[in-house]
Amino acid sequence: MASEKLYLYPIWIRIWHWVNAILFITLLVTGVSMQYSNPENPLLISFERSVELHNLCGILISLNYLLFIIGNLFTSNGKQYKMKTKGLLTRIFNQSVYYLFGMFKKQDAPYPISAENKFNPMQRFIYSTAMYVGFPIIIASGAAMLFPEIIVPQVFGFSGLLLTAIVHVIIGFILSLFLFIHLYVCTIGSSISSNFKSMITGWH
Amino acid sequence: MNPSNFKHIILIVSFLCNVSFGFGQETNEKNQSGSDKNQKCLKCHGNHTFKYMNEDFGLEIKEAMCSNRFIDTIAFAQSNHGMFKCTDCHSPEYESFPHAGNLRMGLMYACNDCHGGDPEYAKFHFDEIEEAFYESMHYNRAPDAFNCWSCHNPHSYKTQASKGGKISETVTYDNNICLKCHADISQFELLTERENINILKTHNWLPNQELHFKNVRCIECHTQLNDSLLISHVVMPKENAIRECTKCHSENSRLMASLYKYKSMESRKSNGFINAVIINESYVIGANRNKYLNILSVIIFGLVLSGIFIHTLFRIFKRK
Repeated sequence: MASEKLYLYPIWIRIWHWVNAILFITLLVTGVSMQYSNPENPLLISFERSVELHNLCGILISLNYLLFIIGNLFTSNGKQYKMKTKGLLTRIFNQSVYYLFGMFKKQDAPYPISAENKFNPMQRFIYSTAMYVGFPIIIASGAAMLFPEIIVPQVFGFSGLLLTAIVHVIIGFILSLFLFIHLYVCTIGSSISSNFKSMITGWH
Repeated sequence: MNPSNFKHIILIVSFLCNVSFGFGQETNEKNQSGSDKNQKCLKCHGNHTFKYMNEDFGLEIKEAMCSNRFIDTIAFAQSNHGMFKCTDCHSPEYESFPHAGNLRMGLMYACNDCHGGDPEYAKFHFDEIEEAFYESMHYNRAPDAFNCWSCHNPHSYKTQASKGGKISETVTYDNNICLKCHADISQFELLTERENINILKTHNWLPNQELHFKNVRCIECHTQLNDSLLISHVVMPKENAIRECTKCHSENSRLMASLYKYKSMESRKSNGFINAVIINESYVIGANRNKYLNILSVIIFGLVLSGIFIHTLFRIFKRK
C-alpha cells in the first residue's frame, strides 16, 4: 500500500460534501418525521417544523447539487464518476470478494486508491448511480411536490401526486441506505477515522 | 272468419290496448319530472325575466326575476328534491297570480318537518343532524335567521360523499356551500353584523393554502367530529378550528373520520393499505401508509444493519 499522502479532495469538493451531508441528514430526519408523523413520538420532529426544514433543505441541496455538477464539468473530478462497462461486473465482484473475505485475510485491496482512481470500482458504480440517477430523480420529484400544480393529476388511473410521492420516498429510502453503507465503508481505512479526516483535510 | 272468433279477437286486442295504454299512462305520470309538474311556476321562476298581464290597463309587463326567487331548473331537476311539486313545500295559494303578500310571512319547512322520525330516511340521521345543528356556532349566533336552507339550497341540494362520488367533486361542492356566504358579503351580512370577511387573510397561517383549499373541505377543520354522522353539523367557532397539521397528517388522520369516512366505511374489510382510501384519490403526507412497503422497508433496512453489524464483528475478531 502506498505510504505517501495523496491530495484527493480539493476544497470545493470538501465544502460540497459536508454541506451535502448535513442537508441530506436533515432531509432524512425530517422526511421520516413527515412520513411517519405522530405527535406522540418524541423521536420525531414536529410536522410543521419538518415541512419547513424539508422544503428549505430540499432547495439548498438542489443548489448544492448544481455546484457538484458544475464542479465535475469543469474539473478532473468528473472523471472519477465515469466507468467502462466492459468488465464492470467482474471488477465489482472482485471488490465485493475483498470486502467479504480478502480484507479479513490481510490481502491487498484489488484496486488501490490513487489520484486517478479515488474510488474503487464498487464505490465508482454506487456513487455514480447515486449522484447521476438517484439525485436527479429525488430532486425532480421533490420539486414537483413543492409545486404540485405542475404534476399530472392522473396517470393510468392513479393520482399523479401519489406516484410522484412514492417515487420520492422510495429513492429517498434507497439513498438513506446508501448513506448508512457509505458511513460504514468510510470506517474501513488505515484507521476507523482516517477517511473522515481525509474529507476534512483533503489528504488521504 | 267466424263472427264469434272475430269478436274474441276484438275483445283481446282491446283488452291489450287498454292494459298497455293504461299502464303506460300510470308510468308516465309517475315519471313526470318535477319541471313538467312545475311548469306553471317555472315559467316565471325558471327565467331571469317574466311577463304578466296588467288586466287593469291591458298591458303586458315584462320584469326581472329577483335573483333569490330564481330557480335553476336543471339543478332543481338533478337535486334530491327534484321530483317534488313546488306546492308540496310551498302553499298551494302560490298557484294564483299575483301571489298574495301574506304568503311570504309563512315559515318554510325545515328538513325534519318532512324527514324527522321517518324510518325511510333513518340512514341519513336527520334527527342527530338537527341536534348537532342546534349546537353549532351558526345556529347559536343567529337562531332566528339560520336554518337548514342557509347552507343546503332546497332547490339544488344533492348528496355527494354519501353516494361515493369523486372526492375532488365533493370538496368543491361542499366548499361552495360555505363560500356562498363566507366569500360574498351580500349573503354574509344577511346573517351577521360583521362586515369584513377575507378567508384568504384569516387562513394566511395555512401552508400551501391554495392546495388545502382545493383538496380539503372547510368542515374538516371547522366542525366537531361525530361518530354517528357522515358529515358533522357542529360548526365550531373559529377559535376552536383545527390548526394542528398532524390531525390530518398522521396515521390516525382526521380525514378518515370525515372526508374519507364514507369510502373508509365501504373498504373497511379490505386489508393491506392503511388509509387506503386516501391513496386512491390523493396523497396526504403522513396519512398515506402502505403496510407492505412499510414491512419491506423495515426488512431491507434490518438486513443492511445486520450486514454492517456482522461485518464489524468479523473486523473485530480478525483484527489480530
